[in-house]
Order: sequence, then C-alpha cells, then structure tokens
Amino acid sequence: MNFSSFLLMRQEMILLTIILLLLVAEISLPKAKKQSIVHLAIFLFGINTIVGFFAIETSSWFGGMFHTNGLIHFFKNVLNVGVFILLLQSADWLQEKIVDNNKGTEFFILLFSSLLGMYFMISAGDFLMFYLGLELSTLPVAALAAFEVTKRISSEAGIKFILSAALASGVSLFGISMLYATSGSIYFDDIITMIASTNLTLLGFILFFAGLAFKISLVPFHFWTADVYEGAPISVASYLSVISKGAAVFILMILLFTVFKNLMHVWENIIYVVALATMFIGNLFALRQQNMKRFLAFSSIAQAGFILLGLMTGNQLGTATIIYFVMIYVFSNLAAFGVVQAISLKTGKENMNDYEGLYRTNPNLSLVMMLALFSLAGIPPVAGFFGKFFLFTAAASKGYYLLVFLAVVNVTISLYYYLLVVRAMFLRTSDQAIPYFKNKLYMKLGLLVTVIGILVLGLYSPLYDYIFELSKHLN
Amino acid sequence: MDILTLFIIVPVLTIIALVFSKGLERTRVVSMIGSIIQLGMAINLVFAYFKERAVNDGIMVFTKDVVWFKNFNIHYNIGVDGISVALILLTAIVVLAGVFISWKTSELPKEFFISLIVLSVGVYGVFISIDLFTLFVFFEIAVIPMYLLIGIWGSGPREYSAMKLTIMLMAASAVLLVGILGIYFNSNADGGPLTFNILDIAQVNIPEAAQKLFFPLVFIGFAVISALFPFHTWSPDGHASAPTAVSMLHAGVLMKLGGYGVFRVAMYLLPLGAIHWSWFFIILAATGVVYGAFSAIRQTDLKYINAYASVSHLGLVLFALLTLNKIAWNGAIIQSLSHGLLTAMFFALIGMIYGRTHTRDITKLGGMMKILPFIGAIYVITGLAYLGLPGFSGFVAEMNIFVGAFQQNPDTFHRVLTVLVVSSIVVTSVYILRLVGKIMMGPLITNDVQDLPRATWYEKTGILLLMIPVIGIGVAPLWLSDMIMKSLEPFIQGVL
Repeated sequence: MNFSSFLLMRQEMILLTIILLLLVAEISLPKAKKQSIVHLAIFLFGINTIVGFFAIETSSWFGGMFHTNGLIHFFKNVLNVGVFILLLQSADWLQEKIVDNNKGTEFFILLFSSLLGMYFMISAGDFLMFYLGLELSTLPVAALAAFEVTKRISSEAGIKFILSAALASGVSLFGISMLYATSGSIYFDDIITMIASTNLTLLGFILFFAGLAFKISLVPFHFWTADVYEGAPISVASYLSVISKGAAVFILMILLFTVFKNLMHVWENIIYVVALATMFIGNLFALRQQNMKRFLAFSSIAQAGFILLGLMTGNQLGTATIIYFVMIYVFSNLAAFGVVQAISLKTGKENMNDYEGLYRTNPNLSLVMMLALFSLAGIPPVAGFFGKFFLFTAAASKGYYLLVFLAVVNVTISLYYYLLVVRAMFLRTSDQAIPYFKNKLYMKLGLLVTVIGILVLGLYSPLYDYIFELSKHLN
Repeated sequence: MDILTLFIIVPVLTIIALVFSKGLERTRVVSMIGSIIQLGMAINLVFAYFKERAVNDGIMVFTKDVVWFKNFNIHYNIGVDGISVALILLTAIVVLAGVFISWKTSELPKEFFISLIVLSVGVYGVFISIDLFTLFVFFEIAVIPMYLLIGIWGSGPREYSAMKLTIMLMAASAVLLVGILGIYFNSNADGGPLTFNILDIAQVNIPEAAQKLFFPLVFIGFAVISALFPFHTWSPDGHASAPTAVSMLHAGVLMKLGGYGVFRVAMYLLPLGAIHWSWFFIILAATGVVYGAFSAIRQTDLKYINAYASVSHLGLVLFALLTLNKIAWNGAIIQSLSHGLLTAMFFALIGMIYGRTHTRDITKLGGMMKILPFIGAIYVITGLAYLGLPGFSGFVAEMNIFVGAFQQNPDTFHRVLTVLVVSSIVVTSVYILRLVGKIMMGPLITNDVQDLPRATWYEKTGILLLMIPVIGIGVAPLWLSDMIMKSLEPFIQGVL
C-alpha cells in the first residue's frame, strides 16, 4: 500500500476530506456567517467534480474488494455532475429555510456520506464492500427525507423510508448469505466461476435482486416511492429519483452482466416481467397524479422500467445504452425537479393546477419544464429520445420485439401525462397563475446546466461512442 | 453548405431570429422573409434537380453522408429524388402561404411562428432523409408542435383535439419505431452490416417472414398520419380546432408524410410484405375514400367537411399506392401535391370567411359571393378543382389513379374496389357543389353582414401563391409527371 494506490481512491478521499472540512467549518464559523457554508460546500464539491474528470487507471485494491476502471470512473462522474446540479438547485432552499435552523452542514454531510456510499457500492469487488456501500448510501437518505422535522409529512417519509430500506437490505443480505453458502466466496471474481443454477443460488439471487429493486423502485418494490417523494424535501426526492436510482441501476447492471452472467437464462425472464410491470404500473399511476412530486415519482418508476430493457441484452451494447440513458435521465429529471423546486420555494405550490398559465408569467421556467418533460417522454430532438431509441434498439437486437412494442405503448401513455403538465403551463390561462419571479444565481445555473445537457447530450454522438468504448471494461 | 442541409439551417436560423425579435410587426416580417427564402431555395432546387438529373443517374441526387452514431451505423444521410423535390416545393409554398394567412395572429405571435417553422423543419427533414433514423427523428419533430399549435391558438374543444391528435400520431410513430427496428435488424440478411440506409436496405433481400411481420407496423405507423380508415378520427377534430394556418399546413403537408413514408419506407423496403398485405390495406383505404366522402355530405361545419374530404382524398392516395402499378403511383404523387395545395386553399378560405362572419356553420351562411366576391370566386374555383375538373391539378391526379387502378389490375377484386372508389367522385361533387350553391350563390341569410371587410393584400398573396401551382399542374402536368416518373423507376424495379 503506497501513495499511488491511494490516488486510485482519490475520489473517495476527496469526498471524505470535504465532509471533514465542512464539519470543521461548522464548528469554527460564527453563527452570522453560517450562510457561507452553502457557498463553501458548492465550491468544494465543484472541485471534486472537476478533479473527477482526470482519467484513472484500471486497478483493484484491498485484495479485490475495491476496484476501479474507466467505466466505473465515468459513472462516478455522472453522479458527481448530478449531485453538483442538485446542490446548485438546492442552494436557495438551504439558505432560506435550513441554514437558519443550524442544519445546513448536516444536510451536506449526510448527502455527501450517501454519495460516498455509492462510490463504494459501484466500486465494490465483493459483496461485503457492496453491502457496506449500499447501507452507507441508504441510511443518510432516511435522515434527509425527514429533514424538515417540523412537517409531519416529512417525518412520515423518513420513517417509511428507513423501515422499508431496512427490510430491503435485510432481504438482500439474506440473499447474499445464500450465495455465499453455495459458492463459498463473497468475491465477485470467485462467484463468477462457482455459480451454478441450483435452487439455493436462484433463491439467493432473487432475494438479492429484491433488495436492489427496492432502491431502483421497481414494481413490486415501489410502494414507498410516491409517499417518500411527496414527504421528503424536493432536493431529497430529486436525489432519490436520480442519483440513488442511477447508482443502483449501475451496480445491478454490473452484477447481472458479470457475477450472474451464467444465470442469464433465469434473470432475463425476471427482468422481462419486472420491466413490463414497472412500466405499466408507473405509467398508469402517474396518469392521475395532481401533486408534482408524486407525479414525478411515478414517472421515475416508469423510467426505471424502460432502463430494464437495456439489461435484456447482457452485452456491451446494453451497458453503453443503459449508462447513456441514465446520464440523460439525470439531466432531464433534475431539470423537472429543479423547476418544481424553484416554484415550490417561491410560492409553496406543488400541484399541477397551480401551474396553469405559467408560461404567460414565467416563460423561461415553463420552457425548461417542457424540455425536461419532452426529454423524459422521448421526443426528438432532445436527448431523451436518443436514450430511449437506443434502449429499444438494444432490446430489439436480442429479438424482444414484443417487449419493445409494449414499451412503446408505454411511451405513448407517458406522453399523455407529460403533456398534461404542458397543457397546464401553455394551453391554459388562469387568474391565479403564479406571478413572475426571479430566480437566484445558483438556481439559474442549476437549470441552465440541465438544459444544456438535455439539448446537447443526444445530438452530440461522440459521447455515445466514448461510453461504448468504455463499456468494454465490463464485457 | 450543401443545397439540402440549407432546408434545415434556414428555418433554424429563422427560429433564432424570431427568438430575438420583439413585437408582432417584426415577428411576422422575420417569418415572412424566412419563408420566402425557403420558397426561393425550393424553386432553385427544382431547377438544380433537372440540371443534376441530366448528368447524374443515381437514385438520389445531392447526396451527403455524415456518420452520426457509428455504433448503430446511423448516418445523417440526405438526398432527393423527383418525388421529394416536388413535395419540398409544396411544403415551401404552403408554409409561405400559411405565414401570410396568419398575418393577424395577435396572441403570442412569436411562439406561433416558431412552432409553425419547427413543424416545417420536421417536414423538410423527412423529405430529404435517406437514413431511417434521421427520417424518424424528423417525423416526430413534425408532429409534436401540432400539440401547441392547436392547443394554444385553436378554437372549440382545442385541448381535447390537440391531445387526441398528438396521442394518436405519437402512438402511430411508436408502432412505426418497432417496424423500423425490425427493418434495421434484418438489414444484414445478405451478410452486410446492419444499416439504416434506405437505399442499401432496398438492395437486401429481407426474409419474407420478417417482411410480412413488419410491413403492417410500418404501414400503419405512417398511414395514420394520412388518416387511414379507421385511424382517421384525430383528423376531423384536429382540423376543426386548429387555427387556419395550422389546418393548412397539417392537411396540406403533414398528412403527405404518411403517403410518402408508406411509399418510401414500407413498400420500397418491404416489397414482399406489401404484396402480401396489399389486399387488406387496400380495402381499408377504399373504405376511407367512400366513408370520408359520405361523411363530408352530412357535416354542417365547413372545416369538418374539408377534414372528411381530406380523409377521402388521402385515402385515394393510399389506395393508388396499394394498387401497385406505376400509372396509379404517378397519380398518387400528383394527388398528394394537388390535394396539398387545394386543401390548404380551402382551409385558408374557410379561415377568411370565419374571420369575417364568425361562423363556420353552413346553415348560417349564404350569398357570400355578393359580399365577398374575391373569396367567393376563389372558393368556387377551388371547389371545382377539388372535384377534379379538367384544367386543374385534381383532374390529372385522379385520372392517373383510376386509369392505373382499372387497367393494370384486371382481377375482379381490384376492379370492384376501383369502381367503388370512382363512385366517390360523384359524392365529392355533391358536397362541393351543394356547398358552393348554398353559401356562395344562395340567398343572403342576414342583412347585417353587408359591410364585411374585403380580402386584404396578405390574404390575396397567400391565396395566389397556392392558386398558381394548381393551375400550373393542371395545364402543364408533363414536367411534373416527367420528374416523378423517372424517380419511380427504382420503385418499379424493387416492388413490382
């Protein structure tokens, strides 16, 4: 163990340092200057994000418990960028509502700890590290969901989340123990060679899958989603739906494509059914939602169903397409949540009816929202279209035409409810329309970055080629 | 910059200019200049095409090929043949006429013209694409602005109509997506690489089973936008609620994408599927022709009449394409052009009448000729052209279609259908002549409409823009037939 090996973990190290620095700042700053914690945190995390873009070599440490390669590194960057946008969008909320209650630093520390957990989870080389990462990433979120303690609904969200998360990770751990029992190892590399489709292994796999499916909120493990999103602060809901889901999808993909490669004949059927159920349930439930947070919750359940289509391939094409889609999804969903956040902060309104006539009073916010929804719905030329098209292509490449057909039926259903929001904003006029307001700099930046992402990520094809190149690390 | 990509660049630049222009006056002038440039480019393209055709024997000319997503072999691949050139010209004319007709748009004018031009980008894009992926992207770009155009600036049950139209068309394009993926994954049947290139796929012998499976998907995916019976229900509602320029563009141009796509993609790439399925879809198309015509008789709203007439006339296009012979094909394409111009003209005139009398109900209208002579006269001419009077474009088109359908398909099945479809001409005359008789020539219903404003310069310009090519095609159809016939060669070799 020398200095250069630490450099391979530099992202984790930097994030840990940031957490500690924030703790020091919290202690040393006088109360009057607490507001600057927000600036400090954004600045420090900005550095972390930029440092992340320097290449890292493929390697493995701690006897194979922790490993990195170009693909994992790239995905950490996606998470970083997502969290950075999230911080920009949350800055106003933190400064106005949270810092005064002396809780600003807590928010950042919890958020970064959870992110650190995700780093470890996606870099894991064995189930122990995976499980530690999973827990580290989940537990702080429960605290975050209950962050607005004065609101009953927020506490309820926290409790709901922690209970279901505990159950899910317990189930997952039980599954892992069965896998250990059959293969005699917790290291991914060993299990790949040892795994056989015995009944115990299959049971272990299914229990393990259930734990991750909870994090991705796949049907039938989605029941917590809407309630938690509705109760939690918007930043946290946004974090859950984008960062947390993205990381879980990524590690699920890695495990399915490597560790459980030999069980593909089993899990492809499971994924097939779960994908269909997730898409249909997510979309059909989203149709009737009035609260924007619940609306986006069901929309993000449905999006997870689409992502599963890419898993059906089990090859490089699928890997690249999933990562590409998740990246686009991060930008699109953050844009949508960003607008909801901005409006909720200024007016406290979170219902779809409240958005009526929004275009006439706040054209820019409405346009951002429309782009975000079009991207989620998959309308060209915004990025979401390319993401979805490639997912469908990936599934069709294995001959799953029926699945693709049912997925495009779902795209049409989803288009309907995304258009409902567009209808409220653009088609309707209202006397009680939300009056014009100006956003602060951070929020503007946060939305601008997402819009650029939505417009550019799809049309700029070298990005996909780059991800495709990286994806060979996995297969 | 090549001559075709300009058709994307110029509208996009117009949109950017519109974003920065303030006030109604500037907005519409910028849109007008942008559309005039487009029309200029389209006319230039026709001449350039003839010049290029003399020296270039390729199926497509002015081709350009840039790799886009190399892992999927997706290219930005463009080129035109005679059919696309004619349709591009049609689009440019209708867009400019639409801008003139919408001169007085007062509510959110900037957004209106931007949406209108986004729509035209999509349409141009479809007509110049050789790559299926690019084509699909542009196809969807053309559909989605309709939601805002009808929803914001429409009348009547606009929210319902806009949603219905968008959902039905997007559902169709979702079905189309599956079909396109099916074609793509069978494009390596001869051992070549997977490709989205239409010209390359046409050379591949896609397995017959796959063709039979995917032809209906691709066909329906495109034909819904051409109001194929029974998927036409979005069209009357959509047209009736849409603002004038949008109805014009929609019936005039957007619905032509359906016929174009059916021909260029479904039939050209899946010829065995087309032969296998033609009997089924030809029944649907013929039903649409007759059904549309009879429905139009029963309507009292001018826009509904025209919308059902469009269902009938575009059914005729699909019918002609499915008879699988070149004379009818030629007629189908001329019918597309002719219907595009005439229906745009009708919608423009209805818009003008509605703008003055505030009603589209034919029971409340009468004697228009006396009070609005220019509009009345043009209405009569358009009506006569629409029912296929010689000397206008409609006659050339229908003549070709019926001769082709009757002569070249000597079996009973096709002949019976042809006779049925021909009879719809009579029905067409009924609703057109009844309309002309009632609202134009009939007695004035009320006297308080005596001093309606005359047609303004922008309305006249818009109408004349459409009128000139209608007569042009009717009087001198040969240059057009020539252009189209040559471009039909690869289809004849590929399909027949």
